[in-house]
Amino acid sequence: MKTKEDILSLLSEIPDPEIPVISIIELGVIRDINIIDEVSVTLKITPTYSGCPAMKQIEDDVRKKLTEIGFTNISINTIFSPPWTTDWITAEAKEKLRIYGIAPPEHSTEDKSWLTGKTKNIACPRCKSQNTKLISQFGSTACKALHQCEDCLEPFDYFKCI
Amino acid sequence: MTTQEALFNYTLRLGDTNLILAQRLSEWTGHGPFLEEDLALTNIALDITGAAKSLLEYASTIENKGRSADDLAYFRNDRQFFNAQITEQPNGDYAKTIARQAIMDCFDYYFFTELAKSKDETLAGIAQKSIKEVTYHLRHTSSWLERFGDGTEESHNKTQTAINQLWQYTGELFEMTEVDEILLKEGIAVDLNLVKAKWENHMADLLAKCTLIQPENVFMQTGSRKGIHTEHLAFILAEMQALPRMYPDAKW
Repeated sequence: MKTKEDILSLLSEIPDPEIPVISIIELGVIRDINIIDEVSVTLKITPTYSGCPAMKQIEDDVRKKLTEIGFTNISINTIFSPPWTTDWITAEAKEKLRIYGIAPPEHSTEDKSWLTGKTKNIACPRCKSQNTKLISQFGSTACKALHQCEDCLEPFDYFKCI
Repeated sequence: MTTQEALFNYTLRLGDTNLILAQRLSEWTGHGPFLEEDLALTNIALDITGAAKSLLEYASTIENKGRSADDLAYFRNDRQFFNAQITEQPNGDYAKTIARQAIMDCFDYYFFTELAKSKDETLAGIAQKSIKEVTYHLRHTSSWLERFGDGTEESHNKTQTAINQLWQYTGELFEMTEVDEILLKEGIAVDLNLVKAKWENHMADLLAKCTLIQPENVFMQTGSRKGIHTEHLAFILAEMQALPRMYPDAKW
């Protein structure tokens, strides 16, 4: 019988549909795996954002992977509590984001100072300059904000803290 | 009215309010004043659509009569919708859209903060999720309201006009009915009097910061709790529901 670790390593092969350099496990959206028997498994999944259009794709990908290794009775439940937070993105994955050109979330969500606008500058993922500015709180997807580097002049996405 | 009926009605009201507000906001998609702002408003609309989806799916589960979330969104008429009237008001100019959104973001911020403590785990979970998103929305719309209100004479006048027009629809947000009373006893619903006090304080501070004047002694419109709406809702539904009504068996 397959173990939870087998499934975890299998699901680690599924890339995030919007940010393919990190896996859905590294993103932290799979919250629980419960193997019932040889063919039955129950998963709990939580959305990054309420309206995230990638959730359906992730669910389909998970179903496909699990079917490939013999599960026929797959139940995927969406849970909202505790709500997903950028704190769940692994340190390794944050570095992958940076190399990919997306500045990773810089603050812990416990630190609320960024909400009041007293935020330190986000380092440019390309030239590492701290001399950057916020262009818009809302970027190319719900989870990102748009910044620009004042030194290398490149605009870049910032994975914002929630 | 049973607790289950009250819970269905309550969840439907929240779902409808989010759905209609998101539908209105998404009318700006591709028409925003500049690219980044177009993206921002579309992102906000997407978050609110997400909340509407979660709420209507939950309403469908509570009702347990085989009506899906899509059925609830697409196959009810205007008199069967319970969204707050402010959400169906036309977008107008950008000042009006931002004013309406700031009023709603501020309401949602305090409303979801309270709902996150609900004894109903699903509603509490949806609220915990939404509050993180609404925090960003409120910050965004507040900053625009300040730039418009404390901007040029023209932007100030347009924003003040928007606030004056919209204020009559704010009273309704805090109306409590039998549904609220039943669920309040169970620790499920939010005490809207509590939200009202916090919302009023926040709006007073925000408007002052924006050099805008809060309207006084305004006659407050009412009706949405009973499914009574302004003329605008039926037009939104006509557009939103046209496709599924024309092709009821269509699949995405």
